[in-house]
Amino acid sequence: MKLNDEEKDILAGKAGPVPRQALQHQIKVGEFFGAEDMVPVTQAHLMADTESLGEAGVRWLEGLAATVDGQRRVRIPTITDPRGTDFANADLLGQTSAMLDLERRAISAFEALGVAMTNTCINYQTIQAPTRNEHVAFGDTGVVIYSNSICGARSNFEGGPSALAAGLTGRTPRYGFHLPEMRRATLRIHVEFTPTSLNGWGALGGVIGRIAGNYWAVPVIEGIEGAPRSDQLKHFGASMASFGSIALFHLAGLTPEAGKLTDVAAPGLPSLRVTRADVDELQRSYHTDDQVDVVVFSAPQLSLFELSDLAGLCDGRRFAVPLLAVTSPQVKPDADRMGYTARIEAAGGKVLSGMCFYQSYAREISEAMGWKRLATNSAKLVNILGGYGYRPMLASMESCVDAAVSGKLART
Amino acid sequence: MGRTVRGPTLVAKDGFSARYDLDRNNGIFCRPSHKLAGQSYVGKILVLDTAKGGVATAWMLHEMQSRGIVPLALVLNSVNPILAQGAALGDVPMLAGFDEDITAAIPNGAEVEVNPEMGVLTVVD
Repeated sequence: MKLNDEEKDILAGKAGPVPRQALQHQIKVGEFFGAEDMVPVTQAHLMADTESLGEAGVRWLEGLAATVDGQRRVRIPTITDPRGTDFANADLLGQTSAMLDLERRAISAFEALGVAMTNTCINYQTIQAPTRNEHVAFGDTGVVIYSNSICGARSNFEGGPSALAAGLTGRTPRYGFHLPEMRRATLRIHVEFTPTSLNGWGALGGVIGRIAGNYWAVPVIEGIEGAPRSDQLKHFGASMASFGSIALFHLAGLTPEAGKLTDVAAPGLPSLRVTRADVDELQRSYHTDDQVDVVVFSAPQLSLFELSDLAGLCDGRRFAVPLLAVTSPQVKPDADRMGYTARIEAAGGKVLSGMCFYQSYAREISEAMGWKRLATNSAKLVNILGGYGYRPMLASMESCVDAAVSGKLART
Repeated sequence: MGRTVRGPTLVAKDGFSARYDLDRNNGIFCRPSHKLAGQSYVGKILVLDTAKGGVATAWMLHEMQSRGIVPLALVLNSVNPILAQGAALGDVPMLAGFDEDITAAIPNGAEVEVNPEMGVLTVVD
């Protein structure tokens, strides 16, 4: 790769061992993908729950954090994805003190590196959305796909080690979705109906993700009616990224790079139709039981508007099974102030903050709490939790709240 | 990317994500819908179609390597940045990008050598 003078100095160790190690990692990845050079980035967002890190990952971070001050801090705003717990409510999840200790160690190490513990996967709603053509290094696939597609920013999926490296060097290898030519559509999807519910948008994203099928595919989607809301596109993108490892889509006539179809699509692209039946079938395929053990709203974390809607559905209800709603540390104080938290918890639910359900030792939670049959309105969550031993079921927010009251999930 | 290694393959036309597909405590594929569900990946050269899922694999390969509950190498038709980043941190040899469908070309259980530097996969028995 071509390195500029500053990068050569970093590689020579003039900025200390931590930036050097970070740049070495970036060069390894960049060369694998044929990157010609580095591109400066303005923000990094880093996924590092301790379930993923493990003892080995935390020790690795502690090694970086032990470096002399002045040679170990990030150069650009570097923020975090959800943690593996909500410390105030770890008991409700059956989490052990060993898990919490590991979390505390990881947080200490990140703070020593200058990382801001925002603990959110909806930073584009709560911290600072990137702008069109802004190069960033974001982790969490839902954050990347939203930033690329809706904001028009430029990011690859940056896993924790690479996002941290970008924070430490202020740059990232220029490959993939940093390159304009890689952002052009590779297939056309004509959607024959526009969902209204969040689970419907998530299911549609899942169908398209399965069709598109791999990271380098860029679907351009036609036929969406009206202007979708941020929360709808949040579920749509997060699910597409989860089902298909997709990092960028375009909505013809709606998203910034696809003012018209021909801006992103060459003639002769493969073209497919997606019908309401395809979306319904995806949802039905997860409805494998009528009983539920727990209801979870998470993945992505809920916005203030979602919590407001949920509070409205909880009024006057009494839950027979646990209901958890997970949000970001930025939204939670507002939900408290507005009274949403109190209304959800008056019905027997619980609002958690700064974590995400699947990033919080979901397997161990299932074993400790006896939760297997899980209802949610998140298509992303049902896609992930099958591998964690759950029987996840996808339904509307309304049906999920009804299920929390009766213990049964109605067939639709 | 990584060292040259030799070992037995575990082959399927399916995806790979450490978070979505693996029981990392017991070293087996555990996602019920995965074609390798129930099979051990430890010490195997996984030959699969493409990278799936989220960003967690970037840390998890490193964590799995530290306990020795890790594939010997990853061979895929196509990868995403996460798998490359994870292989780089976790020191798991990885090879991707072939002229044919590698999951159809390589028999399950075959002894193979993976040479990432040369970009070559060789069936040795």
